[in-house]
Amino acid sequence: MKKISTRGQNLAKTAALYTTLVGLAFVFFFPFYYMFVIASHPRETMFRTPPNIWFGGALWDNIHRLLFVQEQVPYLTNYANSVIIAVLTVLTTIFFCTMGGFALAKYEFRGKKFIFIFILSTMAFPPFLNIIPFYRMMVAFGWINSWRALIVPGMANAMGIFLMRQYMEESIPNALLDAARIDGLSEFGILTRIVFPLAKPGMGVLAIITFVGSWNNFLGAFILLPNLRSTTLTVALNTLNAVSFGEFGMVYAGTALAILPLLVIFFMASQQFISGLTTGSVKG
Amino acid sequence: MTLTTKLWEKIGFNQKLAPYLFVSPFFILFLIFGLYPIGYSFYMSLFDMRLVGNRGFVGLANYTRLFTIDEFFGTAVVNTLILLVTGSLLQHVFAIPMAIIVNNPRVRARHTFKALFFAPFITSTVATVIIFGMVFDHNYGLLNWIIENVMGMDGLRWTGRSGAIKATISILLNWRFIGFNMVIYLAGLQGIPKELYEAAAIDGAGTLQQHRLITLPLLLPIIFFGVSLSLIGGFQLFDEPFVLLGGYDTVGGPGQGGLTIAYYLMILGFKNGRLGRGAAIAWVLFFIILLATTANRIVTNRLQKK
Repeated sequence: MKKISTRGQNLAKTAALYTTLVGLAFVFFFPFYYMFVIASHPRETMFRTPPNIWFGGALWDNIHRLLFVQEQVPYLTNYANSVIIAVLTVLTTIFFCTMGGFALAKYEFRGKKFIFIFILSTMAFPPFLNIIPFYRMMVAFGWINSWRALIVPGMANAMGIFLMRQYMEESIPNALLDAARIDGLSEFGILTRIVFPLAKPGMGVLAIITFVGSWNNFLGAFILLPNLRSTTLTVALNTLNAVSFGEFGMVYAGTALAILPLLVIFFMASQQFISGLTTGSVKG
Repeated sequence: MTLTTKLWEKIGFNQKLAPYLFVSPFFILFLIFGLYPIGYSFYMSLFDMRLVGNRGFVGLANYTRLFTIDEFFGTAVVNTLILLVTGSLLQHVFAIPMAIIVNNPRVRARHTFKALFFAPFITSTVATVIIFGMVFDHNYGLLNWIIENVMGMDGLRWTGRSGAIKATISILLNWRFIGFNMVIYLAGLQGIPKELYEAAAIDGAGTLQQHRLITLPLLLPIIFFGVSLSLIGGFQLFDEPFVLLGGYDTVGGPGQGGLTIAYYLMILGFKNGRLGRGAAIAWVLFFIILLATTANRIVTNRLQKK
């Protein structure tokens, strides 16, 4: 009796499984689809009953108005700011965190254990703990509206150093470093010529985490870059959303353009992205 | 010229000195941008420090007033706690079964589903709030249309009432972070030996029983970790309510429904110029997080001993 029903049961189980999965995929992905739907509608067809669930014909018009007509936010400037800040943050973070991680992974020195634990424990401080004096300090430094304020303080961060240390400890052979020393390379030369090329996969993970964090950072850009010309996309979109009443098509087009690069890279390399964005946490 | 080269060579070739040099950027930056403002924040919290100047030492008054005369702090704590449960901790209730489903050996294209569930994690808060703007719109939103026409109930004013605001923020948070948690649990599930389930099945345990007796206990370290992240993030919830409800001026929207602890801290410190009071909230928040994560550790340890 049991054996006869097994095949049918199996089929039913598989069907139920895929129905659930497709349903869930719909819930999680629908908002992205909906974003493009809204971004493609002109004002005239935006508000309808039943609501729009298919594309309209005004996507290019909405993008055109966003980039060249509206004067509420300098969208292209903000876009460039986001790109430059993210790239500079990634480069400096990779440099300083690889350097720090290298010291903790491949050297024996007095106080190493203490230094390592100290660096890790600084992650326990919530960013809000010092945000008010930190802001006053940036004002005193004259760094408000300067990209330095977003890039410099986090260049050598605990998470990045920890991540790079974990990566290099296993992947860089000590014999190679000793050989380089015998060949007359300085410690700094070893770092730049041997360690940097070997640590590339680890750097890639750190680059993904740092880029996504910088690209999506709202609070930092909001308080440190209050000037609309020097600020980033997240703040510009927030402002645009608040001041352009009824211009949903344009605002959604702006949002779509802001998300698109990350979304495209994400689906091209989702495996690396997902493991990158979760390694820091699983290992931590 | 020669002197500096020699000095550089001495440092550059000194294997004892190099590691200190390499970790020094962290310490220099942490001292300036981390530790100093942390210390200063405590100093500030003991003074009636305002944007326009310091009005003198007040002892712990900035702290005590939070629990006595402050009209908003209590609301902010209650809101934060509600949102912590419905927005952050609830995610795990969804994420674990989802991970179990995705991990089912019958599932092909597992990675595609994983990527689709994870995709919301890479969006920014501002983008999330904008995208959901047309979903939650009172008059023309998709959600209210479904509620009114498909389910035959009255639509909600999603950002208009204190309770609805919390539902909206919770939906945003769940949408964005469930996939992230699911991926963490999926990694944990893949570490559980299949033989355990086979043995349990032979002993006559049903699927639900297997998950209760095998999956959950073995996932416990990962649950501890995921819940810790949720506690740290949830108590510091700021971006979502702040962006959704229009910033400082609305003080958390109608009925202060979206006013969280961090949101209130930012209003005091950045809008009202009450730096001392804002700093006091920051320290209270720090201790709340410390307390919550410690409690999480104790509970996990107890469960693990069972």
